[in-house]
Amino acid sequence: MTVQDYNFAYLDEQTKRMIRRALLKALAVPGYQVPFASREMPMPYGWGTGGVQVTAACLTPDDRLKVIDQGADDTTNAVSIRRFFQRTAGVETTQSTTGATVIQTRHRIPEAPLSEGQILVYQVPIPEPLRFLEPRETETRRMHELEEYGLMHVKLYEDIARHGEIATAYAYPVKVEDRYVMDPSPIPKFDNPKLADNPAIQLFGAGREARIYALPPYSRVVSLDFEDHPFTPSRAEHACALCGATDSYLDEVITDDRGSRMFSCSDTDFCASRQAGRPDGEGGA
Amino acid sequence: MQAAEMDICAKMKAEVPLLSASGVTRRYGARIGCADVGFDLWPGEVLGIVGESGSGKSTLLSCLAGQQRPDAGRILYDGADVLAMPEAARRRLARSDWAYVHQNPRDGLRMGISAGGNVGERLMGVGARRYGTIRDSAIDWLGRVEIAAERIDDRPSGFSGGMQQRLQIARNLVTGPRLVFMDEPTGGLDVSVQARLLDLLRGLVRDLGLSAVIVTHDLAVVRLLADRLMVMKSGRVVETGLTDQVLDDPQHAYTQLLVSSVLQV
Ligand SMILES: Nc1ncnc2c1ncn2[C@@H]1O[C@H](COP(=O)(O)OP(=O)(O)OP(=O)(O)O)[C@@H](O)[C@H]1O
Ligand SMILES: [Mg+2]
Repeated sequence: MTVQDYNFAYLDEQTKRMIRRALLKALAVPGYQVPFASREMPMPYGWGTGGVQVTAACLTPDDRLKVIDQGADDTTNAVSIRRFFQRTAGVETTQSTTGATVIQTRHRIPEAPLSEGQILVYQVPIPEPLRFLEPRETETRRMHELEEYGLMHVKLYEDIARHGEIATAYAYPVKVEDRYVMDPSPIPKFDNPKLADNPAIQLFGAGREARIYALPPYSRVVSLDFEDHPFTPSRAEHACALCGATDSYLDEVITDDRGSRMFSCSDTDFCASRQAGRPDGEGGA
Repeated sequence: MQAAEMDICAKMKAEVPLLSASGVTRRYGARIGCADVGFDLWPGEVLGIVGESGSGKSTLLSCLAGQQRPDAGRILYDGADVLAMPEAARRRLARSDWAYVHQNPRDGLRMGISAGGNVGERLMGVGARRYGTIRDSAIDWLGRVEIAAERIDDRPSGFSGGMQQRLQIARNLVTGPRLVFMDEPTGGLDVSVQARLLDLLRGLVRDLGLSAVIVTHDLAVVRLLADRLMVMKSGRVVETGLTDQVLDDPQHAYTQLLVSSVLQV
């Protein structure tokens, strides 16, 4: 396969224009789910076809692309998507958070702070935060329209009544710019504070559900909670076994067949940079 | 404001009916749901609507409560034109000022959510954000409808029909609505359970000074709860008046038939 077999970044210009229009609308109405004509991509839906289409519509030949899955650059999913864009767009790729101009992610926000001019693209399986409470699409759309979000708190109420605390640990719902309730995709709630006031552009793409939504830079993003049960961005109470970080999100890894475990950073670039003594997020190529 | 002024304000306010309907008509194709219905409901008043099956009671009630749009007519709530307001405003009214008790509690409850969550939903819907306060209100309201506080975290799917109906009532009244719509609130329940629910409803309506529109085909229900009665037949109002008056001295032939057939049972 060569670059010439495809239009730049795989999608034809017409399709990219359509996606860009949806992205602009999404940025103009932060947190609002914009329908778009999701295309078939040469990969299965669970692989982040929504994110891939958004990335394709954003990439320029000068971009440097980073792709992570659960914080890691070297998982199958991340490697395939990176290779896909290397082939179809010929863009440079990197593992460095600070060195990338576009970052496509599944389930994490990088530890290193993002900056103006960067774009973070999330892969989203289920864009509708009200889905599990109200399965009817016509009804959830109306609830967004009329800001009827009482049900979101009913879910949190049920959590506390059953578990003594808000047990929701992933895809923790947020309110954007005091208007739309949004599902931040299945990132750990540890990452929720990074959604807010972020200098980067954050774009969310759901392929199967054909929805795009966005957070423009420096958006106000508040995690839903109760006054007497405030939101807490929890993490495992350990230091990273590899780099010693005490402020990063950790994965629990089983290290041998006798069940020994260790905790290490889920953000592999962050961890590697620290181990190499470089500033956070300025990892290897 | 001076006390005298407040007194005047209160009086002026009471001169507006809480709910005022005129010419309310709803057709289903060529069939008439209800036609040209009009009445005034005053604050603190309970209006009963009776009539045989298919006479348009539920159609009228759902039009009044903003659940479906009549083809013609005007509905004023507290002086405001309900049909002219944007849907958002109407739904806000439905959440704060109104309550709707369905005949089948399954239509009015969330079966997958705990009793406490069911009662708390309306509070959270109007902005309550303290878990402790919401829970205290839920416990208080479960008590008022005679459900033990220890059932607060149980789902209503495990409740008896009567308990489910009482839970539905608590869920509706927790935000202190001024106007309650009820469609056959005692239908589908055993007779002894019905009697207890009626007692409870009567107590709540009196204690809270609620205004209500109650649809039923059970004349015992209106006898006990309604100040005024409206009799419907084929979508139209055929007789209206004070409950005792209508039941003891029915004028319209159809009402006479309705009353006598019940008395014979
Ligand atoms: N969704 C609908 N589509 C078509 N016709 C309807 C619909 N709902 C009600 N109707 C008709 O409108 C008329 C009034 O029905 P409605 O349900 O209001 O009566 P009701 O007095 O509540 O009866 P019941 O005591 O059986 O509940 C009936 O002829 C009924 O068949
Ligand atoms: Mg009916």
